Amino acid sequence: MSAPAGSPHPAASAQIPPKFGGAAASGAAASADPGSAPHQQNGPAQNQMQVPSGYGLHHQNYIAPSGHYSQGPGKMTSLPLDTQCGDYYSALYTVPTQNVVTPSTANQQPGAQQMYSRGPPAPHIVGSTPGSFQGAASSASHLHTSASQPYSSFVNHYNSPAMYSANSSVASQGFPSTCGHYAMSTVSNAVYPSVSYPSLPAGDTYGQMFTSQNAPTVRPVKDNSFSGQNTAISHPSPLPPPPSQQHHQQQSLSGYNTLTWSAPGLPSTQDNLIRNHMGSLAIANNNPTVTGVDSSSTTSSASPMPNSYDALEGGSYPDMLSSSASSPAPDPTHEPDPAPAPAPASAPAPAVPQPSKMAKPFGYGYPALQPGYQNATAPLASVVQPSNPVYSGFQQYPQHYPGVNQLSSSLGGLSLQSSPQPESLRPVNLTQERNVLPMTPVWAPVPNLNADLKKLNCSPDSFRCTLTNIPQTQALLNKAKLPLGLLLHPFRDLTQLPVITSNTIVRCRSCRTYINPFVSFIDQRRWKCNLCYRVNDVPEEFMYNPLTRSYGEPHKRPEVQNSTVEFIASSDYMLRPPQPAVYLFVLDVSHNAVEAGYMTILCQSLLENLDKLPGDSRTRIGFMTFDSTIHFYNLQEGLSQPQMLIVSDIDDVFLPTPDSLLVNLYESKELIKDLLNALPNMFTNTRETHSALGPALQAAFKLMSPTGGRVSVFQTQLPSLGAGLLQSREDPNQRSSTKVVQHLGPATDFYKKLALDCSGQQTAVDLFLLSSQYSDLASLACMSKYSAGCIYYYPSFHSTHNPSQAEKLQKDLKRYLTRKIGFEAVMRIRCTKGLSMHTFHGNFFVRSTDLLSLANINPDAGFAVQLSIEESLTDTSLVCFQTALLYTSSKGERRIRVHTLCLPVVNSLADVYAGVDVQAAICLLANMAVDRSISSSLSDARDALVNAIVDSLSAYGSTVSNLQHSALMAPSSLKLFPLYVLALLKQKAFRTGTSTRLDDRVYAMCQIKSQPLVHLMKMIHPNLYRIDRLTDEGAIHVNDRIVPQPPLQKLSAEKLTREGAFLMDCGSVFYIWVGKGCDNNFIENVLGYPNFASIPQKMTHLPELDTLSSERARSFITWLRDSRPLSPVLHIVKDESPAKAEFFQHLIEDRTEAAFSYYEFLLHVQQQI
Amino acid sequence: MAFTFTAFCYMLALLLTATLIFFAIWHIIAFDELKTDYKNPIDQCNTLNPLVLPEYLIHAFFCVMFLCAAEWLTLGLNMPLLAYHIWRYMSRPVMSGPGLYDPTTIMNADILAYCQKEGWCKLAFYLLAFFYYLYGMIYVLVSS
Repeated sequence: MSAPAGSPHPAASAQIPPKFGGAAASGAAASADPGSAPHQQNGPAQNQMQVPSGYGLHHQNYIAPSGHYSQGPGKMTSLPLDTQCGDYYSALYTVPTQNVVTPSTANQQPGAQQMYSRGPPAPHIVGSTPGSFQGAASSASHLHTSASQPYSSFVNHYNSPAMYSANSSVASQGFPSTCGHYAMSTVSNAVYPSVSYPSLPAGDTYGQMFTSQNAPTVRPVKDNSFSGQNTAISHPSPLPPPPSQQHHQQQSLSGYNTLTWSAPGLPSTQDNLIRNHMGSLAIANNNPTVTGVDSSSTTSSASPMPNSYDALEGGSYPDMLSSSASSPAPDPTHEPDPAPAPAPASAPAPAVPQPSKMAKPFGYGYPALQPGYQNATAPLASVVQPSNPVYSGFQQYPQHYPGVNQLSSSLGGLSLQSSPQPESLRPVNLTQERNVLPMTPVWAPVPNLNADLKKLNCSPDSFRCTLTNIPQTQALLNKAKLPLGLLLHPFRDLTQLPVITSNTIVRCRSCRTYINPFVSFIDQRRWKCNLCYRVNDVPEEFMYNPLTRSYGEPHKRPEVQNSTVEFIASSDYMLRPPQPAVYLFVLDVSHNAVEAGYMTILCQSLLENLDKLPGDSRTRIGFMTFDSTIHFYNLQEGLSQPQMLIVSDIDDVFLPTPDSLLVNLYESKELIKDLLNALPNMFTNTRETHSALGPALQAAFKLMSPTGGRVSVFQTQLPSLGAGLLQSREDPNQRSSTKVVQHLGPATDFYKKLALDCSGQQTAVDLFLLSSQYSDLASLACMSKYSAGCIYYYPSFHSTHNPSQAEKLQKDLKRYLTRKIGFEAVMRIRCTKGLSMHTFHGNFFVRSTDLLSLANINPDAGFAVQLSIEESLTDTSLVCFQTALLYTSSKGERRIRVHTLCLPVVNSLADVYAGVDVQAAICLLANMAVDRSISSSLSDARDALVNAIVDSLSAYGSTVSNLQHSALMAPSSLKLFPLYVLALLKQKAFRTGTSTRLDDRVYAMCQIKSQPLVHLMKMIHPNLYRIDRLTDEGAIHVNDRIVPQPPLQKLSAEKLTREGAFLMDCGSVFYIWVGKGCDNNFIENVLGYPNFASIPQKMTHLPELDTLSSERARSFITWLRDSRPLSPVLHIVKDESPAKAEFFQHLIEDRTEAAFSYYEFLLHVQQQI
Repeated sequence: MAFTFTAFCYMLALLLTATLIFFAIWHIIAFDELKTDYKNPIDQCNTLNPLVLPEYLIHAFFCVMFLCAAEWLTLGLNMPLLAYHIWRYMSRPVMSGPGLYDPTTIMNADILAYCQKEGWCKLAFYLLAFFYYLYGMIYVLVSS
């Protein structure tokens, strides 16, 4: 149906714009690697041609077919092995943190691998490089079973633009079907043939390379690594280099037995070669060395291009490309058979394997593989089938489709089995492990995918799943007793985002999924949706790649190379012309508000940021104030000064002058400035204590409804007049009650209805509550919750008595006013058939089962989605999730931001446990617990949290038979689970027994619902560092500053010593706790006071002292601050000051009067099990 | 054979149950539409909410009639539904108007599934009740 946004008519229309807009190009450039861009010049065809001069014809002929094929099989074969082994193990299973590491290693390896690849190819190459390759590939494939094949296909799709180009060229040549060549190839190479082609092109692309032969051709933007490999392969002969050397490298890198390599020419070596290739591929992605591959060019042999590419490209394609490249080369040779002796040798072997593969229907045949993975083989088969015009090779990922992905995954599965237990499954005895918390921040686990997919996958900062291995069936999920859901941060500030302008946004015709890196191309003209598996046509426009300026490479388009992209939408995605940015400020000016003094801060911030408000020349702004009456401000251009209009009829609010209340920011700037300067003093003598918030909001709604926009409400007390008036519901004596906490839900549906009305008119209401007493946030928050607004709460706000709150308001306002904003937005979340969305969490209105209506979207909004598995996922090895956020930017552009996440499917409980993302799981549980608290009761929610641990750990215990059942065991991936749950139970939102004001509690709940994961985790479990002895050991460099990286401390008073100073990072607040016996050097050099006694009670800044320790401390804190949008307020807490309770309440591993210590909690859990 | 008050009660119940069956079908269709994205939840709640109380009142009305007619068995069969209706209405979300359904929570999969199930169960109950009342009416007419 309609796509993401409810846009009325998704434009199915196939417009064939002659040219891609410049935008597309720019977008591509952004996404792509800068380096490559320049290179791309030649058409694919040329490349091919160039390569083997002798083969030129063949290539051309083959190209089309071969290209396809090669993509499929060839790449598959080579890649799978390496990638799986290397990546899989190290990255996934080993250390969780490894993520970072792995990539780097991968990159490095590639270089080495590339070397190898060259070596091997060289020998074979001569006559028919391809042949040799193929042989190698085939052999490899044999060895490795089908898995490898799938990979190859993978590679082709994604990586190897070159491949495509080759294909296209072929096509153009008029090579109809596979023909004789094919037949040949099919038999022996079938799988590989296409591979060979790609490689050539790749080389070309990379071209850089200078090699005369390859040289010319196009360089895919990102392919560098690939090309290198390809070239190497294809041109083996030229690169005589160094098989031996290569071998060495390989060995060192991947630990493969490279020995065989030395004799590349030999058939026997083929396997090795293959592996090498694989390795190289996987690794290679980044390697610049590729250039070296160019081998053809003698000079280039050295692999000049070094790593620079890697870095650039690495992101997206590397492995794939390299692999593809290598594989492709072989094909051509094979088919022709003309290839030299070496080729033949290899050829036979391949032939055999291929057939076998062929035989297998769709990859399911391999029992050994995990179910999810089994599919991989299938693709090969399809590929092989040869002569299919369709070219199975293209299908990359499709879940069902066993294509490449599956192969890779299958490989991964293989590796797993062979390998010892992955790190994430290592049983941990929780009661005996004293230091559960790692020394470094916990990273998101990397899904167990092949390296290509991993590189293409969406960043965990935007998109995370609680289980990175999706269970195959609901029954398995139930057995694991873990929550399944997604954590989204869709509108996050991104430094790099490919923006695509294109007349046709390519989407699946049946489910309206946007084309993404995980779809598979069946051939150049068709792609298969990875969510609903429908086969769609590739529109003509999509055949042209603005990045490389080449035609016939749909798989290289930025949409298919990036899992996060932004489209500029056409008018099909609009219900009305894009709205301008409209901001309305609704300010409480009752006595209470004036007393608190927020007006000065607000007006000041507004004056400072008036020019930075996101918007264009149409931006409009307006102001309203209210106490027991409502005041409007006429700011019409031409007036000499702002005109205040008072409406005292709050029972039936009307707009005195509908046209001049919201005015153009630029035309009326002077009047606005006058008003902002005057506002803080206009009401200083007011005696009005009532607050008619409800009528003011109704007026605001009337004012905004023609356009939509953002309403910012500043409220300082309980609304006491007119519609929506509230009574105080809090009983202060119940604040620390351990029994029932009441009134967590709204007292009236007035605010909810208002929010729904606003949402319908594309208006979001943001609430700033600055109150000193109970203000029934539970009711007021509804106005923001359902209109997709945000909520800020400043308890005990007073501009002079509470400077830290004032500072916080100031900083929040700066961010609030200047951050990005999207208007009239809708977000649709799609997932692979079989999965379904169950419940959504966040601030929005759910308009249909998968569509969220967001009047505004801001970069600080997070969402969570619970999922359920409705149909068994046995016939797929991968599932994908796609969120599409359609919004109007502040510049009046309609844009669609699309994120796609791809995850493997597993069928064993152990794998499910191995893939748990404990932070995501905790955040999802927190969201569910908030719902439970409101719909049922707080104690229910607390029980549910404890049960979540008890259930999952006992389920784990029953699956692992060889454990001592007396101990409380958890898989390593879940070892932080109890700690985080305990932290949640001690969180303001859920704690009992400790005095907690109702508004504080409700606000904590609102934050849980609307914060993105990164921020939420800090709120749940703050980070504690010791900062009185910062050293440069392990420090990192950021923008020329050295940032020390002190280890994380566990949140327990046992870690605090009187001689130290500690920094606690709670997300929105920093505390520095200074011990009584703290070294005077620290106090003097960092805090700027001579001794402990002279440190003031309220200190919120570190002085800028010119000492080393001060510099370190400040650079560390600055670094922490820079990592988040809101600048947190710093509190320096002395050991003896009363404020230390604030600090100590965050030490969640310690016992309090009302709650367990961590160890007691573990015992409690164990007892329950 | 005489036309007694009891027989009248049964006849009335028969007619009213037929009405309730239509209510239940309407309810089922409405939720199905919600689930398949055809309708906006706000609109759907606006059409469903006004029907909730009438349905409950109709059912309560003939329960009272049976009470007056001293048809204890029939009354007993209807008591569970009556109790359920009372409980359901007591535990409704905070709303200013009459009705049960809140557009902000209605799309929650649990609630949606619950409401659909509720619709089917009620439909089944009303259908069975319809035939029971038919039988009851004839029995009363014949036996008296």
